[in-house]
Amino acid sequence: MTVANISVSETPLVLYTLRRADDALILGHRLSEWCGHAPMLEEDMALANTGLDLLGQARELYSYAAKVEGRDNDEDKFAYLRDVRQYRNLLLLEQPNGDFARTMVRQFFYATFADLYWRAMMRSSDLTLAAIAAKSEKESAYHVRHSSEWIVRLGDGTEESHHRTQSAIDELWAFIGEMFAVDDSERGLIDAGIAVDPVALRPQWLKTVSSVVSEATLALPKSDWMQQGGRSGRHSEHLGHLLSELQSMQRTFPGATW
Amino acid sequence: MYTQALNTSDGDERHVEDAERATQFQARIDADERIEPNDWMPAAYRKTLTRQISQHAHSEIVGMLPEGNWITRAPSLRRKAALLAKVQDECGHGLYLYAAAETLGSSREELVDAMLAGKAKYSSIFNYPTLTWADIGTIGWLVDGAAIMNQIPLCRCSYGPYARAMIRVCKEESFHQRQGFEIMLTLCRGTAEQKAMAQDALNRWWWPVLMMFGPPDQVSQHSDTSTKWKIKRFSNDELRQKFVDATVPQAQFLGLTFPDPGMKQNANGNWEYSAIDWEEFKQVLSGNGPCNRDRLAARRKAHDDGAWVREAAMAYAGKRKQRAALQAAE
Repeated sequence: MTVANISVSETPLVLYTLRRADDALILGHRLSEWCGHAPMLEEDMALANTGLDLLGQARELYSYAAKVEGRDNDEDKFAYLRDVRQYRNLLLLEQPNGDFARTMVRQFFYATFADLYWRAMMRSSDLTLAAIAAKSEKESAYHVRHSSEWIVRLGDGTEESHHRTQSAIDELWAFIGEMFAVDDSERGLIDAGIAVDPVALRPQWLKTVSSVVSEATLALPKSDWMQQGGRSGRHSEHLGHLLSELQSMQRTFPGATW
Repeated sequence: MYTQALNTSDGDERHVEDAERATQFQARIDADERIEPNDWMPAAYRKTLTRQISQHAHSEIVGMLPEGNWITRAPSLRRKAALLAKVQDECGHGLYLYAAAETLGSSREELVDAMLAGKAKYSSIFNYPTLTWADIGTIGWLVDGAAIMNQIPLCRCSYGPYARAMIRVCKEESFHQRQGFEIMLTLCRGTAEQKAMAQDALNRWWWPVLMMFGPPDQVSQHSDTSTKWKIKRFSNDELRQKFVDATVPQAQFLGLTFPDPGMKQNANGNWEYSAIDWEEFKQVLSGNGPCNRDRLAARRKAHDDGAWVREAAMAYAGKRKQRAALQAAE
């Protein structure tokens, strides 16, 4: 019985799948923190719903990563027995919820990306990934609608809501670049028709985001300095705290079945 | 999740009502007809139901907090998803219960404000803390189990919108109850540490759960009118006994014991339990339970922190309406 971290053979396909699984788990976890504390009951429902979609995506992706890896890892070992340096999610998604505007901007930036991403991945030559993408795309289409509507309402609502939402956009903008970054490990999978090339999605993403942001009477920052590191385990300080909570039971009672 | 027998009698207000209509109303109830929102009803019936349904709704919403306390720490992804979905269900119950209460003429805002001001009650059980993962199993197994005992008869309640809401709520609650029992079973079949965790949770929750059925029949204030109006069909003690009798074999199956050494089965097969500490119940109801302050503070914080969001949504809706009117005028 041990509490040590698992080791993972990060072949390109395992790493690729874990990155998407970690994205879904970390954002799903963040959204689940809202449950019982949202600005209105309808949003308690909607945020939990979105969180559940993401948790479902994470579980499928982890299970697939475990199958591809072919060792004795499984969804729970991936989620509960890797430390900060082994997590591969986007920095954007681990950022704290902040106020409702910040949560919605984070959601909006990611959902508009994920929707395009899953749609493209439906054509993956990897049939499991294509099937997960087909299911996830239906969910992310709703996440886009829900978060876009809020961006417009908040941006074009009151002076306070406008200010809060603009601040959230300004603060989170630096995490956008990472969504479109590709490293050598992913390049091979893209060339093989397994993975999606995110660079090709960027113009459409920017078009959708710009149009919603402008309807909301908000503006995108001019700055193009982008922070990266999540994909290789160089995270913000926030992730460690998230994981210490997420993993507390598995770390306290090693080896138990729940 | 649950409604508690807290209502006081409003019977004395009926003298101001139209006697003939009141007689017709009672005849409809006696004939097991459903009363619908647009039907005439005595003011006291409306008031009693508004209070009961809104207390029930508040309980669902406050009840999200003790379980929500474990969403971020659930021990597996499967448990995490199930718990998040369960707490979301409770929120859904709160929403349709507020909607049912609104059919009686009070707005959700008014009802929620009364709760936040500490004027409206919610179930006493949610003022106890969830200290370990086993508490999540115990809440599903016992708290939802007790809620079902209370709510199944409410599916036949004379007020249509409440009865219909209860049918859906009960279906989801039985699912939660089985889920809770399954968590307990996993713990009881697990390590010694896990089994001890399960036993500790049962020890802490058992008496508060028995209190969920409300005061004993001999001191219960409301039952006569509610029974006559077919809002309540069984007494507090009857429901409590039914619950105990159903629960004892389940605990035996789990290999757990009750924190009540005096418990014994009588000749009728009913399980007799020791005296309940009604002083504790009274204290918790009057605001002095272990978590009363935390629960209200959490709900108030969500409400206050969310005010600017609700204002923004209203402002935006107003602007849209204005723009649409301008466009129509052009």
